[in-house]
Amino acid sequence: MSVHISSNKLNVTIWITLMCLTVITAWVATVDLGPFNTVVALAIATFKALLVVLFFMHVKYASEKLTKVIIISSVFWLLLLLILSLADYSTRGNVRIM
Amino acid sequence: MSDSPAGVVHGTAEHHGPELRHHFATVEQQRDSAALGMWLFLATEIMFFGGLFCAYLIYRLWYFNEFAVGSRSLNLLMGAANTVVLICSSLTVAMGVRAAQLGKRKLLVVLLLLTLVFGLVFLGVKGVEWHEKWEKHHIPGASFNASDLARENPQQPIDQNHEQIYFSLYFVMTGVHALHMVIGIWLFAVLTWYAWKGRYTPEYHTPIELGGLYWHFVDVVWIYLFPLLYLIDRRH
Repeated sequence: MSVHISSNKLNVTIWITLMCLTVITAWVATVDLGPFNTVVALAIATFKALLVVLFFMHVKYASEKLTKVIIISSVFWLLLLLILSLADYSTRGNVRIM
Repeated sequence: MSDSPAGVVHGTAEHHGPELRHHFATVEQQRDSAALGMWLFLATEIMFFGGLFCAYLIYRLWYFNEFAVGSRSLNLLMGAANTVVLICSSLTVAMGVRAAQLGKRKLLVVLLLLTLVFGLVFLGVKGVEWHEKWEKHHIPGASFNASDLARENPQQPIDQNHEQIYFSLYFVMTGVHALHMVIGIWLFAVLTWYAWKGRYTPEYHTPIELGGLYWHFVDVVWIYLFPLLYLIDRRH
């Protein structure tokens, strides 16, 4: 994965996008979207994280498939941890959603 | 190695530098192995932070009012500024990796120094924020007192003990993240020193790349921490 050299134009484009998304996420939090405030905030954060991982961390250009297997499987285990835990704790009758 | 391609002769008198150790067949194989090992380490980091995020999500579901009130008491401007600082540092790291790949030693040193400055600014802002919490008695423990928050938010009644849970998670998550920043700064200080000494060449700059992966990972953690801690409920 080291052979790929990112152009500075790409690096700066990603940086500007990340900066804009930071401003948008801070602004949109002050707008009342009901339960969708959290959804929008997490969607923007995930998009930002994807930009960093794919372009700054060169995963988009990774030649070694094993690297991608490790990344995808660790995200899978993380989601397993979060989703199964929340499925349990949010259905015990003591949580009102929003 | 048994899987070495035919024709590669090992054990010759030829000198093997850090750009190709004798147990690797090719430079590409060595680089991919190093990156793979780094990603395995980052996978354990994902699970490490994942446990904290899981605890956060469960308590946020249970004690939403306390989390919303605690989140509003954080300084939005400082949190956003620190996000900007970290994104800028990620840019200097990405450009630094490029400089190392192209063998531009002075540019690499400058970019690494800039990264160090951004990292220190982040910690400085974090320190100011923590100090404010200290003065307001918002640090969990014997002198914790969130009655000021209860007065300011009559529309969302809060329980003092549940409020402490929010601030406990706030301090543990930002604290562990800041610890990673401290380690990153130490790491990059070492990288800067070796870069200055001219150790990294277009053929061999794996430490710069792996350090970069670590730095970007810590940035990604903050990209999630910022909305989850600062932006829970800013509508009121």
